[in-house]
Amino acid sequence: MKAIAAIAINVFRESVRDKVLYNLVFFAILMMGASYLIGQLTAGQDVKIIKDLGLVSVSVFGLFIAVFIGIGLVSKEVERRSIYSLLAKPIHRYQLVAGKYAGLVLTLVVNIAVMALALYAVLVYLIWGVPPILQKAWDAPALDPALLIAIFLILVELMLITAIALFFSTFSTPILSAALTFGFFVAGHFSGDLRNFEQVVDSPTAARLAGALYWVLPNLAQFDVKAQVVHGQPVPMGDVALSCAYAALYIGVLLVSAMFIFSRRDFK
Amino acid sequence: MLTLVAVLMAGAARVEAVRERRYPTSEQADETLYLRSGTMLRRLTLAYNALAADLYWIRAVQYYGGTNRILRAEQETAAGTDATAVDPARRRFDLLYPLLDLTTTLDPRFNIAYRFGAIFLAEPYPAGPGRADLAIALLQKGLRERPDKWEYMQDIGFVYYWWIHDYKTAAAWFDRASKAPNAPNWLRPLAATTLAQGGDRRSSRLMWESILQSAEVDWLRQQAEHRLLQLNALDQIDALQRIVDRFLASPGHPPLDWAALARARMLPGRPLDPSGTPYVIQDGKVTIAPASKLFPLPTEPDKIPGSSPS
Repeated sequence: MKAIAAIAINVFRESVRDKVLYNLVFFAILMMGASYLIGQLTAGQDVKIIKDLGLVSVSVFGLFIAVFIGIGLVSKEVERRSIYSLLAKPIHRYQLVAGKYAGLVLTLVVNIAVMALALYAVLVYLIWGVPPILQKAWDAPALDPALLIAIFLILVELMLITAIALFFSTFSTPILSAALTFGFFVAGHFSGDLRNFEQVVDSPTAARLAGALYWVLPNLAQFDVKAQVVHGQPVPMGDVALSCAYAALYIGVLLVSAMFIFSRRDFK
Repeated sequence: MLTLVAVLMAGAARVEAVRERRYPTSEQADETLYLRSGTMLRRLTLAYNALAADLYWIRAVQYYGGTNRILRAEQETAAGTDATAVDPARRRFDLLYPLLDLTTTLDPRFNIAYRFGAIFLAEPYPAGPGRADLAIALLQKGLRERPDKWEYMQDIGFVYYWWIHDYKTAAAWFDRASKAPNAPNWLRPLAATTLAQGGDRRSSRLMWESILQSAEVDWLRQQAEHRLLQLNALDQIDALQRIVDRFLASPGHPPLDWAALARARMLPGRPLDPSGTPYVIQDGKVTIAPASKLFPLPTEPDKIPGSSPS
């Protein structure tokens, strides 16, 4: 456990050294600029648009971090040949994979936490001076704590994507890993269509294949509650819990597979 | 090094300005909707439908405002602007409904897009395309998503009342709205008044006061205040017209103008409309000045046959 924690902290430090946290500055500038511009561009709905923009930014910034750092977690060590010195240390290969994963998740958690705070700060600025009677007409309060549910589910989705990127990183090149991870991200949001494939094709074989793919591919659409939260619709806690359980199991599958592949890999 | 960067940047901006002056970009190029299928857009935008809806909403607002400004400018200058510079479709607000339809397909619970969109669509030319039918279609699309939303029912009733002058249908919608959950208690009397006195200025006032009361955003509040001022202006014009008619009926009256009315002690001076612009007299009729913020006044709809007098 100690070894995993040490590796995780190193991954986090490395991401700080690689100036990954600079994206927070971009996020802050984006949110401040948007909060000013949107008021000029649109009639009403500033708060809704800022919430949408904030949540999408959290998701997109996180996605880029998860993919572009995730794909290099193992392959970069191999490329730089630093893997030899790492493996010479008293650590197991599975600990290396787990530590790398935990480190990137830690980076994501820090990023997302800061972005969430920035989003709430912008929302506080936006509601400044808005009479309570107008605020009452909004679908959801500006400082709705339910936003945290959407942000939490974005984090869970990103943890899953990180696991996908890490999995590919253990046996593939960075470019191919990135392409495959993005492919999984897109397919994961379309997986609902695979379930209803039998309604659009006549071939039972194709329908069965699509059905099988539906269960195998990650279903990422379930982590998207952004619109629900912004419109003040309730998000059942049972749904959140089941989505988290699904993600935990899927991440488990990916990490165990990554550990298995990595432990059998020959670096000679 | 920084100076060099600044010089190069300034040079690039200068060249761009020269290019734009010599080869101006036609507005038509900007007014294209590449994707008209909301379903397709929903798929393309993956988990980011709501943000895409926001972008389309901003585009719809800008399109409506921009077209409105162009048409207003054309109206103000007698010769009009260079007709070739403006996309003909833009004169007819052709993209307004598709933009609103895309917005509400991408985010079916985009409340303001339905409510404002309906107002934009129903406004008569040149303030809008004058498509009350599309305004109702948009609101009914919203009702399919949120069948308990009394505001959409009230808005449909408003379109029937104000733009179509179908008071029976308007009253039916106000009545339906009054039965929706959380509906305010002023909807029931509004339905009754509309049915009894539809087209009457008093019921129009009641309706705008109701809208003012329930306005969710400043823009709607300003609209309601503007309409109420217009109704006040209509009342004042009626009163002034009676004075003018009396003046014209007097034998040997001097040429008609406000000064003559003041000299005859029929008025204290030049009367001002509620926005502070003087009224004008044209061919013996009192009317609002085109320069007034309240111009043009709404056309007075016919009353329901058999409705009670105001």
